[in-house]
Amino acid sequence: MLRHVRASVVILLLMTVILGLVYPLAMVGIAGAAFPGQSAGSLIEKDGKVVGSSLIGQSFTADTYFHGRPSATGDGPYNGASSGGSNLAPTSRALIERVREDAGKLGKGVPVDLVTTSGSGLDPHVSPAAASWQIARVAKARNMSDTELQRLVAQHTDGRAFGLLGEPRVNVLQLNLALDALAKR
Amino acid sequence: MTFNGWVQIALFVAVVLLLTRPLGGYLDNVMAGRRTLLSPVLVPVERGFYRLAGIDPAEEQSWWVYARAMIVFHIAGFVLLYLLLRLQDLLPLNPQGMAAVLPDLAGNTAISFLTNTNWQNYGGESTMSYLSQMAGLAVQNFLSAATGIALAVALVRGFARAEAKGIGNFWADLVRITLYVLLPLCILLTVFFVWQGVPQNLGGYVEATTLEGARQKIAQGPVASQLSIKMLGTNGGGFFNANSAHPYENPTALSNLVQMLAIFAIGAALTNVFGRAVGDERQGWAILSAMGVLFLAGVFVAYWAEAGGNPLVAALGVDTTAGNMEGKEVRFGAPLSALFAVITTAASCGAVNAMHDSFMPLGGMIPLINILLGEVVIGGVGAGLYGMLLFAILAIFLAGLMVGRTPEYVGKKIEAREVKFTMLAILCLPLAILGFASVATVVPAGLAGPPNAGPHGFSEILYAFTSAAGNNGSAFAGLAGNTLFYNATLAVAMMVGRFAVIIPMLAVAGTLAAKRKAAASVGTFPTHGALFVGLLVGAVLIVGGLTFLPALALGPIAEHFALLAGTLF
Repeated sequence: MLRHVRASVVILLLMTVILGLVYPLAMVGIAGAAFPGQSAGSLIEKDGKVVGSSLIGQSFTADTYFHGRPSATGDGPYNGASSGGSNLAPTSRALIERVREDAGKLGKGVPVDLVTTSGSGLDPHVSPAAASWQIARVAKARNMSDTELQRLVAQHTDGRAFGLLGEPRVNVLQLNLALDALAKR
Repeated sequence: MTFNGWVQIALFVAVVLLLTRPLGGYLDNVMAGRRTLLSPVLVPVERGFYRLAGIDPAEEQSWWVYARAMIVFHIAGFVLLYLLLRLQDLLPLNPQGMAAVLPDLAGNTAISFLTNTNWQNYGGESTMSYLSQMAGLAVQNFLSAATGIALAVALVRGFARAEAKGIGNFWADLVRITLYVLLPLCILLTVFFVWQGVPQNLGGYVEATTLEGARQKIAQGPVASQLSIKMLGTNGGGFFNANSAHPYENPTALSNLVQMLAIFAIGAALTNVFGRAVGDERQGWAILSAMGVLFLAGVFVAYWAEAGGNPLVAALGVDTTAGNMEGKEVRFGAPLSALFAVITTAASCGAVNAMHDSFMPLGGMIPLINILLGEVVIGGVGAGLYGMLLFAILAIFLAGLMVGRTPEYVGKKIEAREVKFTMLAILCLPLAILGFASVATVVPAGLAGPPNAGPHGFSEILYAFTSAAGNNGSAFAGLAGNTLFYNATLAVAMMVGRFAVIIPMLAVAGTLAAKRKAAASVGTFPTHGALFVGLLVGAVLIVGGLTFLPALALGPIAEHFALLAGTLF
């Protein structure tokens, strides 16, 4: 039995050093050198200030911006330090009441992703249909033409990887950044 | 359901099948101690381990010595992990100043990661320091996975050997699997995941100023290195609370594909290791086929349910052609969310890329059934193969009863002792699941857990104990599990699910190894054909179905009919 104890303790400590310190720290170094942007969190800077991450959705409420999906993160929507979903059942009264209210505001035929919360609560994307759904509102608020915005949404629509994997989507933060850039010109 | 969805599913299956044989060959070489590509670098490291630990890697252990070594190793692992979590506020690499983890949560978490369950009664980014994640949780991700593979290989040796006293050396198995298989693959995966956008840094959480001028705090950390072993080791414990639904933990459809492959790769390859060990690779393919039948059936139902969308939402004038999107990410949509859910519960991974709690009743029932059946569809690394081989023993025993002949499997006579131990291992799971779930549905502390009312609330409780006893770790995550009641009962369920299966399984390995090889005769039931596959699938479904149908009727099935009737809770 004592032999087992010695083997256990020695192997556990050696493994903790190799797997728990050397491996992750070496990967921090290698990843930082090879992919500095990604390893640091794909942050987006504007005028020297971090305005968000291209992978992390953020809350948009103004009419002048395209909106992302509802978010169920802890302590308010799009909390990047407390991810999570609503975990409401399909038969939940709370879910159906929430959808009824949101769908009532957005109108009949609204794409489902605009009235449902994502699993992470930080979904950076909406479907192309959900982006198109908002064009009329943004165009009116910004005094722009629908066609101009349609072109912008089309430019920011990512297709499936290799035409096969995943779903077509629009990154809301990047679309809104492009919108701001367009307005400045 | 769309054509594109099915093409993605077919692509995944094809790649798993392509990987099975090469990876199986490599695993076989490693476990037999033969030279491999990595030997020049790793042999000295391996020797260093043995010298310091005072181990002779060639020493054969009986099943009981093997089991004891494993148990002592688990106890040491528990102590270290528990201390790390309790003391994380005093230790370095804690830029967010996370407080010490409270005793009941630390105990539950330590057992959870030791048993390869990775049930999480906490949110990673709001609870754990970087040191706890890296040096505590991720280390156990490696070691519990290596233990699982070691145990499966020990059982395979039981079938392969004749008149042998030992079933291998636990320490050598553990060290070899970790160094030669898990670590190198994880290094490759980490680089890939960072390329796809997964962070790998030690900086504090970033404060961003959003376009609308609000402050947004964005969690960071050494995510990619932990993500790799979480998938490859079928552990499933997320770095972040949202697990692989979090865009940092699964940024693209490509990272999603590789994560799904990482879950199944080793488990599928182990069936090939089994085939090679018993001298007939067809035996391995037969086991894999039985797994494949159950897998595809699950994918079909889950995808159908999720792609159909929620009729109660559609009734409010919402366009639900994209399916049921509550709890799902746009980049994955219904098909990849359903596929991931089936994979993660078929294997005992438990990582999620969508919230199972918000799945349609029948869509959410599939993950539940997968775990209830014992996660024998590919299964956890190692655990899936030994689980399925136990069912194979049962199936062959039933076939023997039908024709009145002593059953044989891959050259070994299956006798009373093996069947008794097999049944013991198989019965412990329903005992833990149904026992604890019944208690939780009558005591106030248990009833306080589920946030949803009606049958779905029952499903949430049932899922929790199923996931714990099945060492899966996925959840109907709404359940408020961080209470003394759930921390304690789930921890016990996790231990029962791990050790009450492993120890009888090792006993079977030991008695099988000691047996003589029986020569195949014309009366031997061939175990590499479609008839055996059918029998095996039947055994899994009948045992699982008879045991759990009443519980499923009270939960997801009742909720399904309530939904059709438009009833809300």
